[in-house]
Amino acid sequence: MENKTYIQAFCTIENNKIVLNGETVFESESAGFSDFSKKAYQHFEIGYPKFFKMDNLSKLAFLGAELLLKNQNQNEENNTALLFANKSSSLDTDVKYQNSISDKQNYFPSPAVFVYTLANICLGEISIRHQLKSENSFFIFDAFNPAFMADYANILIETNKAKTVLCGWTEFFGEGYKAFLYLVGKEGANENTKQTLETLYNK
Amino acid sequence: MKREVYISHTNCITPIGFDVVSNVKNILDGNSAIQKHDNKALLDFPFFSAIVDDSGLDRAFANVTPVASYTKLEKMMILALKPIVENSDVKTSGRTAFILSTTKGNITALENPKTTIESAQLSNLAKKIADFFGFKTEPIVVSNACVSGILAVSVAKRLIQANLYDDAFVVAGDLVSEFVLSGFNSFQAMSSEPCKPYSKNRTGVNLGEATAAVLVTSNPKNAKVKILGDGSINDANHISGPSRTGEGLVLSIESALKESGIDKNNIGYISAHGTATPFNDEMEAIAINRLDLQNVPINSLKGYYGHTLGASGLLETVIGIESVLQKKLFASAGYDESGVSQSIHVIEKNVDAEIRYFLKTASGFGGCNTAVIFEKVN
Repeated sequence: MENKTYIQAFCTIENNKIVLNGETVFESESAGFSDFSKKAYQHFEIGYPKFFKMDNLSKLAFLGAELLLKNQNQNEENNTALLFANKSSSLDTDVKYQNSISDKQNYFPSPAVFVYTLANICLGEISIRHQLKSENSFFIFDAFNPAFMADYANILIETNKAKTVLCGWTEFFGEGYKAFLYLVGKEGANENTKQTLETLYNK
Repeated sequence: MKREVYISHTNCITPIGFDVVSNVKNILDGNSAIQKHDNKALLDFPFFSAIVDDSGLDRAFANVTPVASYTKLEKMMILALKPIVENSDVKTSGRTAFILSTTKGNITALENPKTTIESAQLSNLAKKIADFFGFKTEPIVVSNACVSGILAVSVAKRLIQANLYDDAFVVAGDLVSEFVLSGFNSFQAMSSEPCKPYSKNRTGVNLGEATAAVLVTSNPKNAKVKILGDGSINDANHISGPSRTGEGLVLSIESALKESGIDKNNIGYISAHGTATPFNDEMEAIAINRLDLQNVPINSLKGYYGHTLGASGLLETVIGIESVLQKKLFASAGYDESGVSQSIHVIEKNVDAEIRYFLKTASGFGGCNTAVIFEKVN
């Protein structure tokens, strides 16, 4: 890559805690993600009732995006791409959907659940909320892949496909979840490299 | 100077053929893979779908390996990739990417309550295929709804252009399962007859299964097409329906055109998405008219294969490449009378045509769209 890119802001959501740029901005004594995400939604006064129709993966990605994109202006020039990845795709919802069709005596496939059986739906939710008509792609890796994430965000900016890139590792399955989202652009202090991402991810 | 990127090898495994030659022959003869199936294990009532015959697949796979521990999808992916890996000059190294596109992978593993979740993890599917061929880099799985197959080509091209790899083996596949059949049926999106893209009489999709594979490479030797430009832009409108204005598709095509450096009037053929749902086909017609491409010959291959989900974009690229190489545009199966509000030039009969540039598009749930422009290499 000829030009460097930088991490402008970052956010981690795990263990009932949201950390933004290294500072804990929300914490709760919740029993599970459902309760935690609702409390976070209320705490940040998000005011977007569609949030409650989303599946867990979308809620997780949405909350992270909310914190990182709220200071961005929603004008025509806002070309922020979405580059997301995780390990379990949409399997958390897939299992729920499969349960709704596995018993022929109790068969109730729901389109409202089925639509979330795709990993990239969370990108659609974020795009709608922030009116991002921009590049978006969802990848699956066995574990957070900082080299790929750094390279691909650089490519998007270098080739003028995007001005900034909202990157995210959004993993959700069963009771386990972790989100690590960050914004990459041409200016900033932290260079967008594999090493920086590894450090921030493991913080 | 930007690095040039090509597709040099292609293959596909579908109900109408286990190689490109037999698939093209069937398309030219008007033989569709879509048939009526009555299988209560898949859906409670008879349905139209394009399904790969298990016994034929097992016979073909027995020639590859006696190992029996592969799922149907894995067998189809290995069969698609194998001749490409063997016929290319690529020495697999750290400069060789492996990209796998799928929406649901081995989702049927969930049907068995005793299996572990790992058997449905997409990274495990990719690892199994990578191990079979001895690929040395970590697999990159693209799972972006129905644009996945063509998005995988775009991702491969971008990674090679950025000089991170020299070659990328790309495979795409999805199966017809109780999971996806019940889901599309719950959306009332399924057609009760063979699907009819862009027709006035269209009533929805048929689901299909297939795998397709290509070699994307910086090596111009054996190149069939050059990848000129691509874009994957979201509608930011709705998660389960396309934008009424075709906004994301328009922006994706514009992005691909801008990068390609060609004038849009040079595009000679559009291999479109054409699922035969009322909203999708209408959205595409609107987008194509907004770009003033309504006179360019266009087809949907869904009438031959059904909607093969994460495979469709790559399968249709493989067939599109044959179309320009063989100088023949294939009839858009199922089309009779126009059923979209703005006129588009649907290919009604197989016709000879000299095409240099073609456009492949796809759109999907989550508001995603992808467009890629190819140039025939002589």
